[in-house]
Amino acid sequence: MNILVFGATSAIAQAFARLYAPAGGRFFLIARNAERLATIAADLRARGAEQVESATADLADLPLHAGLIAQAKNALGAIDRVLIAHGTLSNQQTCETDAESMIREIGINFLSAASLLTTLANVMQAQRSGSIAVIGSVAGDRGRQSNYVYGSAKAGLGAFVEGLRHRMTRHGVNVTLVKPGFVDTPMTAALAKGGPLWASPEKVAKDIKNAMEGGAAVLYTPWFWRWIMVIIRSVPDAIFRRTRL
Amino acid sequence: MAALHERTDALSWGRVHRFKHALARPAFSDELPLLLSAREDRTVLARGLGRSYGDSGLNENNILIDMRALDHVREFDVVNGVLDVEAGMSLKDILVLCAQKGGAWFLPVTPGTKFVTLGGAIANDVHGKNHHGAGCFGNHVLSLRLLRSDGQMLTCSPKENTDLFRATIGGMGLTGLIVSARMAMKAVPGPWLESEDIRYDNLDDFYNLTAQSLADWEYTVAWVDCLARGAQLGRGIFSRARHVLSTRPAPPRSEPRLALPISFPNFALNRVTLAAFNAFYLRRASRRPARNVVPFENVFYPLDAIGQFNLMYGRRGFYQYQCVIPSGGDRDATRALLAEISDAGVGSFLAVLKTLGDKASPGLMSFPMAGTTLALDFANDGAPTLSLLSRLDAITRAAGGRVYPAKDGRVAAADYQAGYGQWRDFVRFVDPGFSSNFWRRVSQGTAV
Repeated sequence: MNILVFGATSAIAQAFARLYAPAGGRFFLIARNAERLATIAADLRARGAEQVESATADLADLPLHAGLIAQAKNALGAIDRVLIAHGTLSNQQTCETDAESMIREIGINFLSAASLLTTLANVMQAQRSGSIAVIGSVAGDRGRQSNYVYGSAKAGLGAFVEGLRHRMTRHGVNVTLVKPGFVDTPMTAALAKGGPLWASPEKVAKDIKNAMEGGAAVLYTPWFWRWIMVIIRSVPDAIFRRTRL
Repeated sequence: MAALHERTDALSWGRVHRFKHALARPAFSDELPLLLSAREDRTVLARGLGRSYGDSGLNENNILIDMRALDHVREFDVVNGVLDVEAGMSLKDILVLCAQKGGAWFLPVTPGTKFVTLGGAIANDVHGKNHHGAGCFGNHVLSLRLLRSDGQMLTCSPKENTDLFRATIGGMGLTGLIVSARMAMKAVPGPWLESEDIRYDNLDDFYNLTAQSLADWEYTVAWVDCLARGAQLGRGIFSRARHVLSTRPAPPRSEPRLALPISFPNFALNRVTLAAFNAFYLRRASRRPARNVVPFENVFYPLDAIGQFNLMYGRRGFYQYQCVIPSGGDRDATRALLAEISDAGVGSFLAVLKTLGDKASPGLMSFPMAGTTLALDFANDGAPTLSLLSRLDAITRAAGGRVYPAKDGRVAAADYQAGYGQWRDFVRFVDPGFSSNFWRRVSQGTAV
């Protein structure tokens, strides 16, 4: 299995890659930090990966994208699985006062993924196989005062992925939008943990693998977030406006 | 760099101590030097999976570094069985890795739960049911990388920085941050063990069974009915096991099948329910041993099948008491300990008795010594519980024994210092940037 991961140093991406290592997966990993990529590469090799190559890049730098994908294609040959996992958890307060920060957040969380997918889709269309998973967020399901900048980027990405899935279906390529709920990772270290709403990155990674293999359109992980978001979406505006969600 | 977050939810397994901490959660080891240099006047302590019972893993109003994300494998030499991994990797994940690599290697020593990190296993120099043959976890550590608060990364092994190596094994996380370690794994024929459970009637029978079993059985332990008294004092179920070659297909990997979702009410565990449970449980085994071939999980980690079993004791939390009594006086002292506990009519069904062997650990502060160790839980009922534990301390101390820091949250400094005479020697290896509640308590009476 040949696996391409964008944002490979995130906890979910690491857990995802580890799932394919024991069976001798071949990897191409992209992230910003070379030393961390080397740590992950050694880890995957020790766990059974047959080949691990990587590239260091800031994915906010859109002109790099075509070159990175060409490099990955070169290293892997056929690309069987793609996970797009890079992004930032935006600081809403900063985004409210500074339009430049806001645009940067939309750039990294939406435009960057959309740009990668545009090039990638044509590669995958030509090979007529493979499965792509894109990490979105439950935050994209309804704009909320606490994180609507991040949420709107993920909502835009959601519509993009939905349309791409529509286009790619007849070319034999699956595209899945992943909406994780609360995931217990270093990125969410500021929040108090515990309780049934929190999931481990390992659990989320397993769900992503299964959804990609089953060809799901949208994955809420863990599953109950689908129903939590049904409720949140259906709260009437008159009531919703009074909440602090 | 990982930021510090003010948190109140970093508890130990016993859930008695509730402190404020500044918590950092690095994702990669390159963040550690900055975390240590930015600590200012606060001390640091590494945190793993939070399985220490008392306050040895807590550092009130100071910094805890959550090491769980530092779980990368650096190298696994499957020819020689040498595993080099970061300290945040759990024993559970190490076992999964071993299984993925063909199942020829296994943990040389494992405690009663696989939900501990490698760093925690070293810092507490944990032991297991094979102590009489294999010694402690530290006996199998080939080398470790230790990051001191002055920024130095030191490789410590039996040949290099030897004193610091010895101080770090069983050093309760106080000598610096254990970043990674190389382990000599144990060759096994597969995931199966043959095991026997034998019901026995009193403490003398326990020692007889032990004497008969140590030569041929790698793993021994006994469950004790802590409420039994008089002629039945010390009765229980003696378990022994050893690795065996079996052609059965590998057992499915087990995840916790059941998790306690909430704390039980405090009254759920009392003398009546405990006596009923113990009487019932004892019937599980017969006096004549029946041999079974079982997956290793059943032998080593029966409690791991229940996630968060510590919530059984309710909101009040619980203490675990584990002491070791050196050979010679151990039979009498164990009898006295069990009598004190059954007279008080408290304790739990998780009561364990085992003899420890004479294989010395490299650890300067390691808990085990040749003799008998007793471990059991006590729901935290405040003063009566603490008073009982002090009476147990007196028996332990008089017999030349000591308690296990990983389990303790209240031992008096004088009792600790009597049990660990080498502690003054240890002080010079304690990194000034590191501390814990346990250490501040037991090192009282001297300038540290």
